[in-house]
Amino acid sequence: MNSEVLRIATINADELETPPLSLGQLAWRRFRRHKLAVIGAGVLLLLFLYAFAGALFFSESYANHNDTSLRLDAPTYSHPFGTDTIGRDILARTVYGGQISLLIGLFAVLIETSCGILVGAIAGYYGGLVDNILMRITEAMLNIPEIFLLIVMAKFLSGKIPDMTIMGRTFSGSVVLIVIIIGGTSWMYLARIVRAEFLSLKENDFVLAARATGTSNLRIIFLHILPNSIAPIVVTATLGVANAILSEAYISFLGLGVQPPTATWGNMLDGANNYLDSAPWLWFFPGLLILLTVLSINFLGDGIRDALDPRSRTV
Amino acid sequence: MTRYIIRRFLQGIPLLFIISVVLFVLMMTMGDPIATMGGRSITRQADRVRLTRQLGLDKPLYVQYIYWLVGNDWTKVDLDGDGVAETAGTRRGILRGDFGTSLVNRGEPVLQVIWERLPNTLLLMLASEVVVVLGAFLVGIYSALRQYSAWDHFITALLFIGYSMPIFFIALLSMYIFAVLFKRWGLPYLPTVGMFDPQVGKTTGQVLLHMVLPVLSMSIVSFASYSRYIRSTMLEVLGQDYIRTAKSKGLTRQDIIFVHALKNASLPIVTVVGLDLPFLLGGAVVTERIFAWPGTGRLFLDHVARGDMPVVMGILMLISVAVIIFQIITDVVYAWLDPRIRYEA
Amino acid sequence: MSSLLDVMDLRTRFHTPEGTVYAVNGASFHVDEGETLAVVGESGCGKSVSMLSVLQLIAVPPGEIVGGVALYRGQDLLRKSEREMEAIRGPEIAMIFQDPMTSLNPVLTIGRQITESLRTHLGMDRKTADARALALLEMVGISDPSDRLSDYPHQFSGGMRQRVMIAMALSCNPSLLIADEPTTALDVTIQSQIVELVTRIRDQVHMAVIWITHDLGVVAGIADRVIVMYAGFIVEEAGVNDLYENPCHPYTTALLEALPRVDRRRDRRLKSIPGAPPSLLVEPHGCPFVLRCEHAIERCRTENPPLTAARQAGHNTACWVDTKTRGQR
Repeated sequence: MNSEVLRIATINADELETPPLSLGQLAWRRFRRHKLAVIGAGVLLLLFLYAFAGALFFSESYANHNDTSLRLDAPTYSHPFGTDTIGRDILARTVYGGQISLLIGLFAVLIETSCGILVGAIAGYYGGLVDNILMRITEAMLNIPEIFLLIVMAKFLSGKIPDMTIMGRTFSGSVVLIVIIIGGTSWMYLARIVRAEFLSLKENDFVLAARATGTSNLRIIFLHILPNSIAPIVVTATLGVANAILSEAYISFLGLGVQPPTATWGNMLDGANNYLDSAPWLWFFPGLLILLTVLSINFLGDGIRDALDPRSRTV
Repeated sequence: MTRYIIRRFLQGIPLLFIISVVLFVLMMTMGDPIATMGGRSITRQADRVRLTRQLGLDKPLYVQYIYWLVGNDWTKVDLDGDGVAETAGTRRGILRGDFGTSLVNRGEPVLQVIWERLPNTLLLMLASEVVVVLGAFLVGIYSALRQYSAWDHFITALLFIGYSMPIFFIALLSMYIFAVLFKRWGLPYLPTVGMFDPQVGKTTGQVLLHMVLPVLSMSIVSFASYSRYIRSTMLEVLGQDYIRTAKSKGLTRQDIIFVHALKNASLPIVTVVGLDLPFLLGGAVVTERIFAWPGTGRLFLDHVARGDMPVVMGILMLISVAVIIFQIITDVVYAWLDPRIRYEA
Repeated sequence: MSSLLDVMDLRTRFHTPEGTVYAVNGASFHVDEGETLAVVGESGCGKSVSMLSVLQLIAVPPGEIVGGVALYRGQDLLRKSEREMEAIRGPEIAMIFQDPMTSLNPVLTIGRQITESLRTHLGMDRKTADARALALLEMVGISDPSDRLSDYPHQFSGGMRQRVMIAMALSCNPSLLIADEPTTALDVTIQSQIVELVTRIRDQVHMAVIWITHDLGVVAGIADRVIVMYAGFIVEEAGVNDLYENPCHPYTTALLEALPRVDRRRDRRLKSIPGAPPSLLVEPHGCPFVLRCEHAIERCRTENPPLTAARQAGHNTACWVDTKTRGQR
């Protein structure tokens, strides 16, 4: 009986414990559980395909081809989304408009993320006077509602950027302009978040250790502290794409954004309320596409936030 | 507590100055007042020079800023171009309420131009805010209490959609349904243009009727995001230890939800409501355009389109002041409501 | 003989995304009038969850009380509706919690939090309730109670907050007080003050107490009887002196041996129990302590030992092995 006792007592109790998972694996697991987020990601993928692969079905000249004899036609088989005020096919225009709207969203976020990280990191890391000045400017800009700034800047910088031709396609200069001004008026949120992260993270021992071994400040900021604050940055950037797409839509709707003939979902709605009852397809389809895009980004962002958030809300 | 209030106000002042500088630089680099005022009739160089001098645009930038800020009636300006300053200036500067005169509405003081339209926008915004806060509390609390239920999921999905809709889409959709389709189906329908029917006159009933669709459009997005926020705040509060203590004391469900939980959950809401003002103002711009509501949003668009910089600047400056004051009020209200801050040793 | 509280075969589980947590697996215990029962065990052994289950304070979902009865004065608390439980909590059974900082509502005054029980359960009006609250604060040793009534929790120190919690719990004269690790979050000197306070009041009003703790030292000072819990099971039950002198269950023995003692040599290593508690996500099979037990036999792996009487009266243990003789029981 003694040998029995010994045998049983030497079984490794650790076998019963669950194996540890890396942070990335934990996050991915949590994300997968969020059905809505996964659906959002899927819908987003479909929308991207619609905009970019859809170009295989319609040429750009077709999208811009106007035939006033067909103007304001209701949806038919040959024009499934109907035609607009000068006879252009709305379906084709939503495809190409989608490309521009989505690209504007992505690039604007690129700009605002870079600016936001730069400002936030420097302010949070160096503190003192630098922090003060940067934060005053950030706050000042935060206090002016974005749309007003957008309107003013769009109006007065319009026409200053020439049209460009990339890969055989001509883009109105206003596209670049819109990207720049949206990016330039939305970086403040991220800057504040990044600054808060840096303020708390820089007190940690790993920063002290890095400094003690002679690591340069630049390396500490970008290689040590920044990777640890990735979570809120990713979430904010993701939701920022939705915001950028909406901002572009608003400003184009007001006629100050991307100029025709380049289509965006927003500028397709310009003047649509004049045809409210006679041609609802003018504004319905682009508006719906915007809604779907923003909705799926919001689902996705929500899922990412829950996945990366260390505060687990499972039980 | 009083010290806190004073401190917050003092913090706001340098902020306002910085904003004024930012806006001023914006105005100077972007506007072309000569072109605006003169239209296409200014072709002669002499006229351009004269106008430039009259508007004080020949002075260095910082001098122009000072004149804009505190006026120039305490100094003399040179109006006849002989290099000698002899006429007393007439501007009193924005610190004394003189925002200049509109370039489009010739000679009309900017403040007056804005003042005519401001109450209309305030009406919309106030109504929207009330609808939003009341509605969001109801829905948010209800969802939190029914967590995991089918209702909760359904409401959450709806809120997500509402939160993701561009305001103009909501506006157009609601216009289409409640005005066009209702009319077609013979149901009573809602008006979509302006503040009142000119044939009936500006009665309270008319204004209220015309307010329905604009307020709806403006409030849905905020309502959706507040509801979600209140729901998650309530859920967080309901999971706290002190709620468990309250339950263990055998208090009624009403007491626990509406006294113990709600008092804690409402605190963050105050902050959110205060910070939402800029968004509401922005929403007003689009909404007023669609519904032809005579408010400051539409005023802004019109005058930007016509390059009337003084009015544009005036609106921007007033908005910034309003936002900052609102933030201060919010902070103070929050500090007063939270006993942990109010009774700071 | 009927006890004040008689719990039999209580089973509580939690349904989490990671799986089902088997928190309490057939706990049976009782408390008599005026008696103090200590519940001992390490973190996660189910001591808090058992008591919260009895008062139906478990969040359902994700929790679920899957079985058992909890007879309070003969009535099964687990079958009562929420309304009925509201009448029990406070006037009959009261509970105080571990962290006084988070267990008090930060935006309500202390006075409000004490008087609301009085007004809800005893129907007192404002003045009477306030007077009684004053008396309660005095009883728990808060100085200048009339000033303190309108203060907020954050204006009190940790020990004072716990006293306030005790005042709140006692306000409606409960017959049973459940104290869930009330001194764990406090420093040692305050700890002894709180223990002394509860002892004094208990003796004054002849109140039964269930004191949950992982500190065997506190147990010695306050308990009449002790139950030891491990991984959701009750593994031993005895009078307090009996437990310390003649521990029967291997876990209890190991716990007692792990205590640092003043009268032992200081250069010896502290004895700890090898291994770790089993994962609660796995449905328990056999004795939960089997992998860490030096007396384990084959039967321990497959059959869960029930609580059976040991040699001394009133002493029960859930073990297949007699640790003294090393033979089967």
